[in-house]
Amino acid sequence: MSRAVEESNRAMLRARDAMDRAYAQPLDVPALARIAHVSEAHFIRTFRATFGETPHRYLQRRRVERAMYLLVQTDQPVTEICYAVGFASLGTFSRTFRDIVGESPSAYRRRKELAAGVPSCFIKAWMRPSDAGRPTQGRPTANADPGAREPISFG
Amino acid sequence: MTMNAISRSQIYVLDQDEALDFYVGKLGMEVNTDADLGFMRWLTVNLPGDPEREILLEKPGPPALDPATAEQVRELLTKGALGGHLFMTTDDAHKTYAELTAKGVEAYDEPTERPYGIDFGIRDPFGNKIRIGQMFTQA
Repeated sequence: MSRAVEESNRAMLRARDAMDRAYAQPLDVPALARIAHVSEAHFIRTFRATFGETPHRYLQRRRVERAMYLLVQTDQPVTEICYAVGFASLGTFSRTFRDIVGESPSAYRRRKELAAGVPSCFIKAWMRPSDAGRPTQGRPTANADPGAREPISFG
Repeated sequence: MTMNAISRSQIYVLDQDEALDFYVGKLGMEVNTDADLGFMRWLTVNLPGDPEREILLEKPGPPALDPATAEQVRELLTKGALGGHLFMTTDDAHKTYAELTAKGVEAYDEPTERPYGIDFGIRDPFGNKIRIGQMFTQA
């Protein structure tokens, strides 16, 4: 029993890593199920049992997280960001972004500034929107002005 | 403060021989110590030229952990939730990435340029994350 769980976990993690790595490509559930060496139905069910959300939702939130990052870190137009993170249409991107973040991409861009010096995998892990809520572990900043934050430096 | 160095860190692996295949065979690390202590196999590796910093590759299990706890550790490890994150540096992130992925190493993050450098992320066979960065010189 235990060995089977470990192998299944590792296969699901392999598929999740593929989403984290290749979110910009046209990934779909059949391709991901092949990475995990299971049928599509089994993949969706097992991924959800392992990580608490469906693979489709995981990928949407990864793409939205990357979009949030690019909106703040670059001057790329929203349309370019939409395709750069793997969405096939601007309509789907805007609807999904608003659904997950609660505001439009351009409204989010106006409001936000991210820490610049943390390894990107930590930004990806901690900034990906989740049902479990927004990050709460950060120390409250004395100055809430986003422009005032000193970029920290890793390495 | 009286401490002066981080000399060893520990991560869990599910199989120490498979861990050697990966950390030595694929990543190019060296075996620092491989000793049968009777109660455990003390297995550490280090990067070539940096023997002062060892990684202990420990197998979770009894009697250190009771069987149920060891099973939890194994389950968390294989779903990538145990922690055990290693950070390494390289002179050339793109080249290292190409070499490692050509050897079949699995990546969760391609080389990306960031304010601090260019880095990427790989996964060991068990679920541990390793981040490898080509760091820019700090001003």
